[in-house]
Amino acid sequence: MRAKQEDRKRNDRLRQKQEEKRRNDRLRQRQENRKRNDRLRQKQQSAGNVNRRKKAEKAEEQMRQKEGRRGNSQILILTYSVVLIFMGMVGYFVYFMVTQSQQVINNPYNKRQEVLAKKVQRGEILSADGKTLAKTVTDKDGTDTRVYPYNKIFCHVVGRTKNSMTGIEKTQCYPLLTSHSNPIKQLTNTFRGEKNKGDTVVTTLDAQLQKTAYNALGSHKGAVVALEPSTGKILAMVSKPAYNPNTVEKNWEQLVKNSDEESALVNRATQGLYPPGSTFKLMTAMEYMIENPDEYQDFRYQCSGSESFSGNVINCYGKERHGRLSLKSALAKSCNGAFAKIGTQLDLTSYRKLTEKFMFNKKLDVDFEYNQSKFSLDKKSDTGEVTQTVIGQGKTMITPLENALITATIANDGVMMKPYVVDYLENDDQKTVTSYEPESQGRIVDEWVAQKMTNLMKAVVTDGTGSSLRSLPYSVAGKTGSAEFDSEGTSHAWFVGFAPADNPKIVVSIVVEGAGTGSQYAVPIARQMFSNYLD
Amino acid sequence: MDKKEAAQKLIDIFGDMNFIGVLHSILVESSKYIIIILFAIYTWYCFSVFAGKNKEKKELVYKKQNKIMYTIHFICSLVLFLNSLDVGILLLYLAQLAFLVFVNKAYIYVYQNASKIVLNNMLMLLMIGFVMIERLKQEYAVKQLIFATAICILGLFIPLLIEKFEYFDRFGKAYAILGIALLALVFVIGKSVYGARNWIIIGSFAMQPSEFVKIIYVFFVAAMLAQSTEFANVVKVGMIAAVHVLILVLEKDLGAALIFYITFLAILYVASRKIAYLGLGLGAGSLAAVIAYFLFTHVQTRVIAWQDPWGTIDSAGFQIAQSLFAIGTGGWFGMGLGEGLPTKIPVAESDFIFSAISEELGAFFALCLILVEVSCFIMFVNIALKMKRRFYKLTALGLAIEYIFQVFLTIGGVTKFIPSTGVTLPLVSYGGSSVISTIILFCIIQGMYVLNCREEEKVESEAGR
Repeated sequence: MRAKQEDRKRNDRLRQKQEEKRRNDRLRQRQENRKRNDRLRQKQQSAGNVNRRKKAEKAEEQMRQKEGRRGNSQILILTYSVVLIFMGMVGYFVYFMVTQSQQVINNPYNKRQEVLAKKVQRGEILSADGKTLAKTVTDKDGTDTRVYPYNKIFCHVVGRTKNSMTGIEKTQCYPLLTSHSNPIKQLTNTFRGEKNKGDTVVTTLDAQLQKTAYNALGSHKGAVVALEPSTGKILAMVSKPAYNPNTVEKNWEQLVKNSDEESALVNRATQGLYPPGSTFKLMTAMEYMIENPDEYQDFRYQCSGSESFSGNVINCYGKERHGRLSLKSALAKSCNGAFAKIGTQLDLTSYRKLTEKFMFNKKLDVDFEYNQSKFSLDKKSDTGEVTQTVIGQGKTMITPLENALITATIANDGVMMKPYVVDYLENDDQKTVTSYEPESQGRIVDEWVAQKMTNLMKAVVTDGTGSSLRSLPYSVAGKTGSAEFDSEGTSHAWFVGFAPADNPKIVVSIVVEGAGTGSQYAVPIARQMFSNYLD
Repeated sequence: MDKKEAAQKLIDIFGDMNFIGVLHSILVESSKYIIIILFAIYTWYCFSVFAGKNKEKKELVYKKQNKIMYTIHFICSLVLFLNSLDVGILLLYLAQLAFLVFVNKAYIYVYQNASKIVLNNMLMLLMIGFVMIERLKQEYAVKQLIFATAICILGLFIPLLIEKFEYFDRFGKAYAILGIALLALVFVIGKSVYGARNWIIIGSFAMQPSEFVKIIYVFFVAAMLAQSTEFANVVKVGMIAAVHVLILVLEKDLGAALIFYITFLAILYVASRKIAYLGLGLGAGSLAAVIAYFLFTHVQTRVIAWQDPWGTIDSAGFQIAQSLFAIGTGGWFGMGLGEGLPTKIPVAESDFIFSAISEELGAFFALCLILVEVSCFIMFVNIALKMKRRFYKLTALGLAIEYIFQVFLTIGGVTKFIPSTGVTLPLVSYGGSSVISTIILFCIIQGMYVLNCREEEKVESEAGR
């Protein structure tokens, strides 16, 4: 038993030893292997070492540079955008200087005219026919005086420089104080300490015509506007009473004090608001024709001097019986009853639209002071107001300028031209600096309406209230008016018209305040003007 | 004493020699043309150095630019003197000249490698400002010179400061807290000037904190976005930036609010490189502007004045109308220094100085001025492009955008290109806070560039070893 046990023990020990030995062998071998591998690896490493380090450094450097450049393309995009925006701003600035600045600085709030006046002698204002309307005279002491050779005649339209600027003096203030004369001349002037000559404003005004109109109005208060219908050029613009711009400073207190009765400072031609009287029948007739293009010629009316429309009595002038009338003869005789009848048949909304196309209740695109003409009828208005308005009484208020515009539109085949008074600017060598071209305000009525109206207006002269113009060597188209403005029946005398009727060269709009009938007081003025301008 | 009296006095002094009077008028009149020609050449130089790599040639151009600056300064001062015969103007001229020469020399020494053109432009703009302010209000010109001198001396230490504190980018949140605190302080003790409550007045010393916060704010946005542009971080930075902007809007300092907002967007766009952020930001900004228009009457007033200054010439449109009168009446060649009426423009010496310059020195001069400002910006961007460290790059870009956007707001505002927002023309306008913060802005960009160059050299020399 024991021997067996010892045997087993010995065997076990032997086995253990053998196993130990084997394990050690394996370990050693593994170590050796590892060492060999290491050595191999080291050999390989030492060969590629330099290359690899260089590569790593390069990558690092590239990374750093890439890092440094990151966002650069975005920065460039931002920069280009900024440069683009600034180019826009510079472009705008140049645009402003070239096209807008002259207009912008010509503003009463700009107080720099006195500064400019120290260097530039205010330019002249001329009429279309070359007459001097305003000039600056320098005396020995170097003091400048503005002189108006025509005294009162052009006072409103040309205006003044003293006691708040008005007229062309105001609207052309900066052009007059800007010199476009030869640069060398300017330079020598400057070095001599002399002023440069400001530009000359050449107007569309006809000095002869203006004088005629001024004299023809005589001692009456009132206004005259004359236009060239094809261009809108203002040929004459008179307002009475007038003041003398040469002495305005001296007489200022008196002028202001008298403002209530005389108001010589007001330009009645553009600011005076009058009832249009029968001249407004032109508008009513046009609306009737537009609404009834096929039937208006069949219009018939039996005038008995007075008629009642829903209780509103309309009388003809002096209750005269005109008898049986067509539209043509109704206008020629200026029959109130016939037009009141027409008025009851009109579409009031469309009627109002037409008046507004003719610039009632609208701002005008003109560079002088004016008042808006007013028309207040609409579809809610009662018959009383309608029948009064269509014959030119009622609440309608019109300026002589607006009446001239309506007439000029008819004369120009239905196209309205923008009225203007400054034709061009020139330097002291008569070279044109800026020229103003005629501008159309668009078609207001169809050509046939305008031509038909011209025919009707010719009849006013041949067979109606304007018959004293019949003897002129050319045909005249027109319309008289006697606008009652108080309960005593005193009226403003109106005449609007143009000549020659077939090839209109001149449109006149005349109002004589509180004088009486148009045929008696306004038509003779028109006659003188037509003769003066066309003969 | 006006020009005529001065001329008369000259004639009296020199006896009955009429040519003195003539000489006087020749000088005053011809000076404006000479100044325009010189400034045009200067502007040409500003852009000519972008092309070409010849260093010696460039150095020559820089020297010529300096000469032009000193000449214009001399002519302007002479004209101002002849128009008034005031000895004070001569003294001021000498003081300004000393300042210009000193800064020019000292900065070349301290800011080695820095962009010479940025320095030239800085001095040129300061000089134009000096002359124009002097013409408008002489005592302001003295103050402006004092402020500029003080801050330029301090500016000499900025490169040192940047070098010492290498870890500028570690205080992102601290910048924000400081900035917001400063802006909020205005709410508590601020005073309103021209409708905007953005002034702190202590005794006779007035300052505009938003001018200084402008710089800290760029540090904040750049530091935070240099770390990370992950969405969460962007939102966080955006919120804090929005707090700045909102405070400014409530203080009615619309110009500053716009500058802060645009600067944030620009930095964010460059940091994230995502155009979507820019588009989204501009969209949100436009929406906010529309809301602000309906919410605040002072925004409406500005827009109305912009749309129709003529209709509101008695009230809101007055400033802009006067500005346009000045520019328009001055024309391309100007009325001549001392010959116009720039005093009719409200705050001509600060917000509207561009109009005053255009009126008296001419629209050509004004156009050149715009181009010089743009060339300055391009140089800033050039520096930003070269920056290696992210924080520096973003900061340089942010400051550049802040600068050029402010130029855009003020010139666009006074020329009716955009609604006026009431900000100054950097370096040219009168204003202590404005001139100080702009010079700091210039110094930081230059200083960072100097540092960047030094780091580059270090890396290169290590690599060479």
